Amino acid sequence: MYAWLFRLLPGPLWVRILLTVLVLAALIVALFGWVFPAIAPFMPFNDGLVGAVAATG
Amino acid sequence: MNAARRAGASHRGRPRGPGVLGVLGELLLTAGVLLGLFLVWQLWWTDVMADREQAGILDGLEQEWGAVDEERIAPRQDGPPPVPATPEDTMVFGTMHVPAFDRDRFPLAEGVSLEQVLNVKGAGHYPQTALPGQVGNFSVAGHRNTYGRVLEDIAGLEKGDPIVVETDEAFYVYEVTESLVVMPDDAWVIAPTPDESGAEPTERMLTLTACHPMYSARERYIVHAEFSYWTDRADGIPEALATAPDAAEEG
Repeated sequence: MYAWLFRLLPGPLWVRILLTVLVLAALIVALFGWVFPAIAPFMPFNDGLVGAVAATG
Repeated sequence: MNAARRAGASHRGRPRGPGVLGVLGELLLTAGVLLGLFLVWQLWWTDVMADREQAGILDGLEQEWGAVDEERIAPRQDGPPPVPATPEDTMVFGTMHVPAFDRDRFPLAEGVSLEQVLNVKGAGHYPQTALPGQVGNFSVAGHRNTYGRVLEDIAGLEKGDPIVVETDEAFYVYEVTESLVVMPDDAWVIAPTPDESGAEPTERMLTLTACHPMYSARERYIVHAEFSYWTDRADGIPEALATAPDAAEEG
C-alpha cells in the first residue's frame, strides 16, 4: 500500500523522498495539534478530580 | 512506515500487487506507530507545552505583583490571614510552592476545567471550596503524569512538609497532616470538614487531589494539610521557603 502510494508521487526519487518527509511532518503536526488533544479527554489517565465536578471538568 | 516504504520501493517494477496480507500488515504497523506517537505526545509534548505556558504565566505574575525580596525572611503573622477576593473563573490568582517537590513553584488558577485550567495553567482551585486563608477546606487539583505534572511528587509528601500558597498580598503556609488514597467519587475529601461531614468548619485546611496510581486514574491521591501561619508578601519570603540554612539565620 505504501509502496503503491510512493510510486504515485511525481518526480525523481529525491523529490518523492522530500514529499514523503513533508507529508509525514504535516501529519505529525496535525496529530499533535488537533487529533491527539481531541481524543485525550477520553483516555482514562488524565483525570485527578474528585466528586461530581469530575464529570463536568 | 519508512521501512515498509523502502522495501516497497525496491520492489518497484515487479508485476506484483500488494496482497491483502501485505496491506493488513502495513495498516497494523501504522496503528502501532500512531499509538507510539500518541504516547510521545501525551507523556512528553503536553509537558513541553504546559511548562512553556506556566513559565509565561509566572513571568507575568512577577511583572504584575513585583518581585519578592528573597533575601528577607518575613515575620510570621499569627492573626487571621487576609482572604483574597473570589477570582473569576480560569483566572490565575496565585502560585504554589512545595519545597518537597523538584519544581520551584507553579501557577494556581480558579476552576478545575481540564481544557481551560489544569491542562494549560497548572493547579486548579475547586470553585465551591474555601479560598486560601479562609476557614474551611481550600482544595486544589493538579496533574500528576501529564500536562506539566505539577503534582508529580505528591506521594513524596510527608507529615509536616510545608505547602505554601502565594497571592499578590500574602504567603499562606500550610503543613501536611495526612495522605490518603480514595476512589474518584469520594468528594468528602474536599468537604469543609472532611472528617465529620456537615459540621461547621472551624479550621483552615488545604487539600491536594491528583490521580493515582501513576499513569492511571482509577483512584485519587489526596493530601490534607492544616494552616500554620501567613506572612505579608511585602516583608519577603516565609521561613518555610528559605532554602539555604544560613539565609534563615540571617532573618
